[in-house]
Amino acid sequence: MATVIIPTPLRKFTNNTAKLDIAAGTVEEALLDLSANYPDLKKHLFDEGGHIRTFLNIFIGEDDIRDLQAGKTPLHDNTVVSIVPAIAGGSTDGYH
Amino acid sequence: MPSHQDIQFSKVELARYNRHIIIPEFGLEAQQKLKAAKVLVIGSGGLGSPVLLYLAAAGVGTIGIVDFDRVDDSNLQRQILFGVESVGQPKVEAARRRLEALNPHIEIKVYDTLINSQNALDLIRDYDAVADGTDNFPTRYLVNDACVLLGKPNVYASIFQFEGQVSVFNYRNADGELGPNYRDLYPTPPPPGLVPSCAEGGVLGVLPGIIGSMQASEVIKVITGVGEPLSGRFFIFDALNFETRTFKIKRRDDNPLNGNNPTIKQLIDYEMFCGMKVVERPVKEITVQELIQWQTLGEKFQLIDVREPHEYEAANIGAELIPLATVVDNAGRFAKDVKVVVHCRSGVRSAKAIRELEDKLGFDNLYNLKGGILAYLEFENKQITI
Repeated sequence: MATVIIPTPLRKFTNNTAKLDIAAGTVEEALLDLSANYPDLKKHLFDEGGHIRTFLNIFIGEDDIRDLQAGKTPLHDNTVVSIVPAIAGGSTDGYH
Repeated sequence: MPSHQDIQFSKVELARYNRHIIIPEFGLEAQQKLKAAKVLVIGSGGLGSPVLLYLAAAGVGTIGIVDFDRVDDSNLQRQILFGVESVGQPKVEAARRRLEALNPHIEIKVYDTLINSQNALDLIRDYDAVADGTDNFPTRYLVNDACVLLGKPNVYASIFQFEGQVSVFNYRNADGELGPNYRDLYPTPPPPGLVPSCAEGGVLGVLPGIIGSMQASEVIKVITGVGEPLSGRFFIFDALNFETRTFKIKRRDDNPLNGNNPTIKQLIDYEMFCGMKVVERPVKEITVQELIQWQTLGEKFQLIDVREPHEYEAANIGAELIPLATVVDNAGRFAKDVKVVVHCRSGVRSAKAIRELEDKLGFDNLYNLKGGILAYLEFENKQITI
């Protein structure tokens, strides 16, 4: 089972669960599995074309999956998958 | 810029910086580099406060501050530069006073202005390094791009609720190798509304203190060359479970600024880039006065609050609670035969809710409460005090 770490902004879609153990073969399968269990999470993980969103960074251990095999990166037992979205700070709109 | 070796210190300064100078890896030379350095801090809020306080205390010779904002009561929970006496004043002026009182041996330059594509290059050009403590995506990309175009290191930090991020972008190491920048890490911004901001989601007051202090530490390392700056690495901290993680990040061939085929050669329209300029279709509105009139006249209508449960608990005006993210799923709870007034804190989320219900389910009886519960409570208070 790989462990997926859910970032603070997305925890409201996972009943405030910060870590989930998921049995999946690849990163993409793990994210699809998450989306199936928490449907509200899906639009935050995948765009309309079904691609992993580009303002999300996904790391396996210390490494960016874009430096590995992207969504097809295999997961092993005890792999730690970190989802790290872009966060900007306090403002709700535009420059201010 | 004069060489740092020419920098002299008075006896008073030597005494002040003694605890730096006696660190073997730091010494007088690093202190001279600090005094010779010019650092621009963009944003003097939650992150900017500790960054500015520590850089001023550490003896950075010239510190620039860019902020257009005024100090507000709601800032004081985390923006430790400011006190009650500063409320209502320009942040840069209040910050200048605080920093000059802290260290009279440095120069503080203030820019009471909004950084934008027209002025960013001129603001940043004369500085050696930038600390980005801004609060929105357009400015994050603007500051990043301006730093890359000008070849300046950009010490980045960002916070949300209990979580913080830190990295050093566009840093050229002693071997001349250039590190990644923000666009290597996040090629595109999230569409507006998908990622909540601190204004909606909140932030633990001490978090910018922790993360901003790390940012200040990285600025000092970048300037002095002491240690290994957080370049090519991306640090995140979760205060809730006290977990820290540091990831490796790399430059990307497809970076539009400095990849293999750069397409961005000057600053662009960042609000457009971040999708902020989409003109939202207006929704029907009613004012607080009209709402109260409806209530007084006994007019039939339904009142719905689309804020989060914790906000509702803190203060509500007797509406039914249906948080924004759940309105479509709960569309059946919205009346179709009478007028429905939808409100949130200030009117932004309720307008989104109305547009979604109109677009997806064809509602035409929804009215946005102008100014939200804030306007309602303000109106009531006025009534009470009159």
